[in-house]
Amino acid sequence: MSATVRRRLPYLALVLLPFIPFIDQNNSHVDFLANAGAFVLLALGLNIVVGFAGLLDLGYAAFFAIGSYSYAMLASQQFGIHIPFWIMLLVAPCIAALFGVLLGAPTLRLRGDYLAIVTLGFGEIVPQTFLNLSQFTNGPNGISSLDQPSLFGHNFGFSATPYYEVMLVLIAIGVWFASNLQNSRLGRAWMAIREDELAARHMGINTTTAKLAAFALGASFSGLAGVAYAAKLDLVSPDQFQFNVSVLVLSMLVLGGMGNIWGVIVGSLVLSFLNSFLLPQSTNLAHQIGLTGVDFTNYRFMLYGVILVAMMLFRPEGLIPSRQRKAEFHEALDDPALEAQEQSEYTSGAA
Amino acid sequence: MAFFRLTDVRKDFGGLVAVNDLSFEIEAGKIVAMIGPNGAGKSTVFNLITGVYAPTRGTIDLEERSLVGLKTYEIASLGIARTFQNIRLFAFMSALDNVMTGEHSRMRANLFGSLLHIPSERREERVTRERARELLSFVGLEQHAGGYARNLPYGFQRRLEIARALASDPKLLLLDEPAAGMNPREKDDLIGLIGRIRERGVTVFLIEHDMHLVMNVSERVTVLDHGEKIAEGTPAEVRTNRRVIEAYLGTGAA
Repeated sequence: MSATVRRRLPYLALVLLPFIPFIDQNNSHVDFLANAGAFVLLALGLNIVVGFAGLLDLGYAAFFAIGSYSYAMLASQQFGIHIPFWIMLLVAPCIAALFGVLLGAPTLRLRGDYLAIVTLGFGEIVPQTFLNLSQFTNGPNGISSLDQPSLFGHNFGFSATPYYEVMLVLIAIGVWFASNLQNSRLGRAWMAIREDELAARHMGINTTTAKLAAFALGASFSGLAGVAYAAKLDLVSPDQFQFNVSVLVLSMLVLGGMGNIWGVIVGSLVLSFLNSFLLPQSTNLAHQIGLTGVDFTNYRFMLYGVILVAMMLFRPEGLIPSRQRKAEFHEALDDPALEAQEQSEYTSGAA
Repeated sequence: MAFFRLTDVRKDFGGLVAVNDLSFEIEAGKIVAMIGPNGAGKSTVFNLITGVYAPTRGTIDLEERSLVGLKTYEIASLGIARTFQNIRLFAFMSALDNVMTGEHSRMRANLFGSLLHIPSERREERVTRERARELLSFVGLEQHAGGYARNLPYGFQRRLEIARALASDPKLLLLDEPAAGMNPREKDDLIGLIGRIRERGVTVFLIEHDMHLVMNVSERVTVLDHGEKIAEGTPAEVRTNRRVIEAYLGTGAA
């Protein structure tokens, strides 16, 4: 097998992804994958804000909530408005991006811990608002019986397969957008802001608009995830968007490798697998063998904690780190060409 | 018409007068220096020019256009680039990306162009990368394009900062102590580099403590002490100026 073929092998695996529901007929597996897809989208979006631009956002679930609720309000019996799912995939990211700008604007002067605390506040305010505006949102009951998408007259129904396929397409677009951004004028501006904001301004970078663009684009990904997730679940309620969702998505970034698109995808798949597959399945297993008292899902936060601590101790840059992260944690001056030149300059300088 | 002019610029920090009614002009195409003892207010002048601080009063004009009240990024796009006394590179970006970031204000790509990677954006990226490589070889770092800025030796970092500043095609380049920490050989290289920068049509305004460098490259020297201009002239005139010697060595020395 030639080197090129071997290099392209992973891409071959990507081609097989759409056929998984037809290979593995187990509906619960497909259902799990479709849900995991929403978290991949969330992680890709948060990666723009935290990984690329270096803005620590602890309230990211707020935009997920805004995306989900915009679908729930604009495509259900709630107000008798029935905008098609496909149009909402365009509208909801715009709504989420608008809120990204609105919530981002007051935080522009903040950095690090202060920014984290304020975004944490926003993350609490948004679900609370949906909870309390009960005349529009039915409060804690949430909005149910959302419109089910249909494509060419075929209704999605409650099967997970079409949602899984939609998620794949959205993720593909998301990856394409994110990697385009990373290698662009705006992507470099974000990196520059992350490294040194004052120096970035001296390069002619309008740091205000660059940061707002990061918040808006990051939010738009979760708007997308929100629509697909809400339509699939057929229900939205405020308790789906609590602080733990923000922490979960951030943990996915830390685990996978902040700033690396493939890293955050792996991180989100691993944590989704633990969260919605391994823990519930092992609980079932335990019940079957008579251990009816145990519920492993109660230990999920302990498990996140253990994973995060272990990662910080053994692999702080994440499973698939970006080049920057890796260098930040394992810096070494190990460029042989550089050392040789340095050496020769010193000797000739002394001569 | 003066290319660049400061008129009666004053900056107070609370009760401290950092810069006191400073006026001077720079002619296009010249290399000029500002010297003065530590704490004389030299870096403050750079920060006033680049909009990091707003002057308490006075005017700063580039080609008859006032810079007072403009944001730092706007001043940068008008054609003033700078380096920093304590190197401020983008540490975890490659040398090439550092220089490409310097080209930001020359680029046109907008959000949607970048998001969709449209042909004009791709073309611009290619041209930007090409230009960045040229600038790296201009400062002699072509072999280090891919390495992280922070992994470069100190002297190279200084040169990379200059390349990054030149990337915006500035009219006026501000160099804040470019020779600090350099060995004599590196300083000689720097003198050559500053000369070549002027040949590109860039006016150079530098702050420096190293008298060898100042006397060798600059055509005019302004001397600052306690925020006030105490002398101005050719290097030879300034060197023999009584007030300058007093400022550096104290009264009684002259």
